[in-house]
Amino acid sequence: MIKESSNDKTKSNYVFVDIEKKEIEKILKRYPKTRAESAVLPLLHLIQKKVGGWLPVPELERAADILKMPYMRVFEIASFYTMFNLKPIGKNLLQLCQTTPCWLRGSDDIKKCIKEKLKINNGETTKDGLFTFLEVECLGACVNAPILQVNDDYYEDLDYNSTKIILNKLENNNSLKSGSFLGRKSSEPKKNSVKN
Amino acid sequence: MLKSKDKIFTNIYGFKSNDFSSSFKRGDWDNTKKILFLGHDKIIEKVKASGLRGRGGAGFPTGLKWSFMPKIVQERPHYLVVNADESEPGTCKDRDIIRNEPHKLLEGCLIAGFAMRAHVCYIYIRGEFFNESQILQNAIDEAYENKMIGKNSAKSGWQFDIFLHRGAGAYICGEETALLESLEGKKGQPRLKPPFPAGVGLYGCPTTVNNVESIAVIPTILKRGENWFSKLGNDNNTGTKLFCISGHVNTPCNVEEEMGISLRDLIDIHAGGVVGGWDNLLAVIPGGSSTPLIPKNICDNILMDFDNLKSVGTGLGTAGVIVMNKSTDLLEAITRLSYFYKHESCGQCTPCREGTGWMWRIMRKISSGSASSKDINNLLDLTKQIEGHTICALGDAAAWPIQGLFKHFRSEIEEKLNKNKIAAE
Repeated sequence: MIKESSNDKTKSNYVFVDIEKKEIEKILKRYPKTRAESAVLPLLHLIQKKVGGWLPVPELERAADILKMPYMRVFEIASFYTMFNLKPIGKNLLQLCQTTPCWLRGSDDIKKCIKEKLKINNGETTKDGLFTFLEVECLGACVNAPILQVNDDYYEDLDYNSTKIILNKLENNNSLKSGSFLGRKSSEPKKNSVKN
Repeated sequence: MLKSKDKIFTNIYGFKSNDFSSSFKRGDWDNTKKILFLGHDKIIEKVKASGLRGRGGAGFPTGLKWSFMPKIVQERPHYLVVNADESEPGTCKDRDIIRNEPHKLLEGCLIAGFAMRAHVCYIYIRGEFFNESQILQNAIDEAYENKMIGKNSAKSGWQFDIFLHRGAGAYICGEETALLESLEGKKGQPRLKPPFPAGVGLYGCPTTVNNVESIAVIPTILKRGENWFSKLGNDNNTGTKLFCISGHVNTPCNVEEEMGISLRDLIDIHAGGVVGGWDNLLAVIPGGSSTPLIPKNICDNILMDFDNLKSVGTGLGTAGVIVMNKSTDLLEAITRLSYFYKHESCGQCTPCREGTGWMWRIMRKISSGSASSKDINNLLDLTKQIEGHTICALGDAAAWPIQGLFKHFRSEIEEKLNKNKIAAE
């Protein structure tokens, strides 16, 4: 969660991201006509994706206009929910689960790898803007622990070396398959997943 | 052990495709119309008779919950809301239902929605499950294309729409009233109950919120008969359950098993045993992070169902079994959970907002070894001040793991603290 809001309110030189009316209409259709505020989460998700991972103030103001909500209510939402970032982030958002089930399976090794390789701490972005690292709470894939979420994808059953492979591939823009690094389809038991 | 013919989720690992035609071959959407023609009340009766208890953690009887919905629809429409905001540490069963068995969930939505006279269903999925939400949206689109939902759902004449709503990273939105607030476009802060959602829920209308697993098992229960389901498991704890076994086991996995299976069988048969053998077991958190841990001597004989676990001071919760062997620093394990609750407190009630941070700080102090037994007394006193004094159960959930830890391991922890003290002097 990156929550220090950017002070960049220079609306005059801010170019709004392009959202087609159709996309907004599609979202609004899911909710009763008098309940447009319900669309605030999907709308902010949409805008955050288009902006490139964060929500600038002018965009929050526009979302408030579209949904006819007070700006402060939209800001409140954007700051309450951890997935919304109020500051620019790197191209690859690395979110490492560090809650107990992942920790028991060695999430500290993943953290060590990220820190050694990228030389950034929790909440920081690399100078080249390629990576932002966040320690997050339970990602809900505990039997595939430890988990690293990179943007929208989960990388599962990791250890130090597989994390290194992931970071290398991301750095060089190589293609990378998400999911289990033990060759599991999903959450089935698999021999030789022994650790510790 | 559950026979494979009694398994509800036959594709839980995703070895086969999750699309409409494959799901249809596995029995999903098969003659749904016949079930709907039983009528609203008959369906609720059958679900009651099956003994199904809610799979989201509290274990409230599902059929009974449905029966709280008004019998006549007045000017306010009825809503079904499915809670797919799975974020309880140790739990990852709904994710597998959504990505591998989405049509079981959707068929369940139609049946449950019809039973409670709702025409609209929202599925609230946690925001981090982006790929899962894409899969589910595809499945919804397929169900519309095949006319299983829509104007004339499964040719029953019932109009039914299902909409997917993505959350944005807030554990508290798994609490049903916080989920409704979030769905209405507000911060996810729980509401006072009463009024209960069945009277005043989403947009002030009668609403029922059910867990993904509770809904997804409904079609199979009605197709195979409520008696088939109620014969599985133990009295008052019927049917099958998805267990998530994580932590120090040789093969962590999700598995569907009969309610009331012994914890030892669950771990040994399905999860390849404890790392280092059963004798290397230290403690188990049996039902997701909110349930108090149990030490090995209880684990030896305990059966995994709501009532048996309650009798030893813990709970089945979401059946997220977190196994810890003797290499575990239990203080660190629980401190991390305390941090989790501190992070996820919504900030509405003072005892929770201030208390979760306070508890975490004392836990840190204890796990760093610089605390005394007075600190432990203070901490336990504090957990009692939070428990039961908040609008929702997050305060309780933050207090219980700490209470469980000291209930079973206080003497070991004090011994360690004393050793540190002597070493420091």
